[in-house]
Amino acid sequence: MDLNLLINFSYIISTVMFILGLKMLSSPATARKGNMISAIGMLLAICAALVSQGIDYKWILLGMAVGGGIGLAAARLVAMTAMPEMVAIFNGFGGAASLLLAWFEYSGKYQGLESAPAFTAFVLILSVFIGGMTFSGSMIAYGKLSEKISGKPYLFAGQHIVNSLILITTVILGVLFVLNSGAGNGYFILLIVIALIFGVLSVIPIGGADMPVVIALLNSYSGLAACAAGFVIHNNILIVAGALVGASGIILTKIMCKAMNRSLANVLFSGFGSTKTAAAGKGAQQGEIKPASQEDVYYILEAADSVAFVPGYGLAVAQAQHQVRELGEILEANGTDVQYAIHPVAGRMPGHMNVLLAEANVPYDQLIEMDEINPNMETVDVAVVIGANDVVNPAALDDESSPIYGMPIIEVHRAKTVIVLKRSMNPGFAGIENALFFNDNTRMYFGDAKASITGLIAEFKG
Amino acid sequence: MTPVFLTFVLVLAIFLGFELISKVPSTLHTPLMSGSNAISGITLVGAIASLQLNQNTLGIILGTGAVILATINVVGGYVVTDRMLGMFKKKEGGK
Repeated sequence: MDLNLLINFSYIISTVMFILGLKMLSSPATARKGNMISAIGMLLAICAALVSQGIDYKWILLGMAVGGGIGLAAARLVAMTAMPEMVAIFNGFGGAASLLLAWFEYSGKYQGLESAPAFTAFVLILSVFIGGMTFSGSMIAYGKLSEKISGKPYLFAGQHIVNSLILITTVILGVLFVLNSGAGNGYFILLIVIALIFGVLSVIPIGGADMPVVIALLNSYSGLAACAAGFVIHNNILIVAGALVGASGIILTKIMCKAMNRSLANVLFSGFGSTKTAAAGKGAQQGEIKPASQEDVYYILEAADSVAFVPGYGLAVAQAQHQVRELGEILEANGTDVQYAIHPVAGRMPGHMNVLLAEANVPYDQLIEMDEINPNMETVDVAVVIGANDVVNPAALDDESSPIYGMPIIEVHRAKTVIVLKRSMNPGFAGIENALFFNDNTRMYFGDAKASITGLIAEFKG
Repeated sequence: MTPVFLTFVLVLAIFLGFELISKVPSTLHTPLMSGSNAISGITLVGAIASLQLNQNTLGIILGTGAVILATINVVGGYVVTDRMLGMFKKKEGGK
C-alpha cells in the first residue's frame, strides 16, 4: 500500500481517538480512561509520522528524548497548587512550537528561493503571529501566577493606542510579506518580534483574579497556532486537533467571562482592579463585625445538620485543602451533611478548586456547582467561606454602583449562618468592601486558614 | 490538498469541538485544559514529518526546537492530566 495513504489513514484513527477522549471527559468516572485513549491516539499519530520517508531521525529522536524527559519530570514534580503556572507554560510551549515549525517551513522552502502562494504566505504569518503572542503572553501569565512578577494590572497611558498601532503595523507587514514572500526574511523576523511584544503587552494589563480568563484564552490560541501550522504544511491532523483545542479554549473563556459578568473585551482591556479603588470608598459598608473564637465556631459546626464549604483562592494560598477535607470528614462522622460549593472563577484557573480538593481526597460527588447550591441555600445551616471574597459578595446582586454588580455569586448570605475565615479585614482582590461580613448571620473567624481549621479539628478531637 | 478543502475540515472540527467541550462539567475544567495542552502538542507530528534530511544549521535548530517544545507538551500534558484525574474519586473509596 502507498505509505502516504497509510500515514493519513492512521491520522484519521488518531483524530477519532482524540474525539472519543474528549467525549469521555464529560464525566469524572470515565475521564481518566478518556485521557488514556487520547494519549494512545497521539502515540499512533507520532508513530505514523515517524515512518515518513527521508526524515532526519537523529535530530527528531534527540528532540523527542529531551522534550519527553523535561515533560515527564515537570508533570511528575509539579504541585497541584502550581497547576495554573504549569498550564500557562505549556500553552506557551505549544505556541512556540507552532512558531518554530512555521519558521522552519519558511526558511527551508521559500526564503530567498521562490514566492509562497498567497494563501500559504498568509497562514505562515498567522501561525507565526498567533504562536509568538501565545508564547510571550503565556510567559507573562506564568510570571504573574508564580508571583515572579507582580500580579497587579500594569497599565500605562496610551496603551490602547500602542496596541492599535501594533496591530496596524502587523497588517501592513503581513501584506508586504504576502507580496514578497520569496525575498529575504526581513518582514518575517520583524513579524515575530512584533508578535512577541504584542503578547507581552496584552497580558501585563490583566490582574491576578482575571487569570482564569487569560489562561483559557491562551489555551485557545495555542490550539489555533497549531491549526495555522497545519495549514502551512498541509496536514489534516494538525488542523483538526488544533481546532478542537481552539474551540475548547474559547468555550472555557466564554464560561469564565459569564461567571464574572464581563465581556471578553472588558477583561482584556480594562485592567480590572486598578480603577476600582475609588469605587470602594464610596460604597463602603458601615456596620458591626462579629468575630468568633475557635470555640464559638466549634459549637456552631457541631450543632449543624448541613455545612457547605465555599473555597476561594485563599484556600490555595494557605494550602489548607487537606485540613478542610479532614474537618469535613469529622463533621460527616458527626452526622452532618457536607458539601463543597465551588464558584466557576474561584482560584486562578478554570476548575482550580476542584483539583485541589480532589487532591485532598474529597470525593467529586461532594463538589457542587454554583447553580446547583444556590436554590437550596436556605436549607444550609452553616456556610463556611474559606479564602473567598468577591464570589460571595452580595453587592453583586443588589448594589448597582458596585463594580462587580451583575456577577453571579454563591449566595451564602441566604444560609442560616455564615462563617468567614479570613486573615484580616483587608478587602479582596478587587478592593471592594463586602457587605456579607457585616450581616447579622455572619461570624468572622480571623486567622490563617490552615491554622484556624487545624485548631477546629483539634477541638473536635479533644 | 486545496485551501478550500482544509478550511472545510477546519470548520467541521470547530463545530465538533464546541459540541464536545460544552458537555465537560466545570469540575473537570483544569484536566480539560491540561489535556487539550497535550493535544495541541500535535505540532510534533507536523514537525517530525517536515524535518527532512540535509537541513542547514538554521533548519536543524528550528526543527529540533519545535520537536522538543511539542514533545514537552505531549508528554507533560498527558502525564499531568492522568495524575490529576487519578485523584478524582467517588465516595466510599469506590472507583
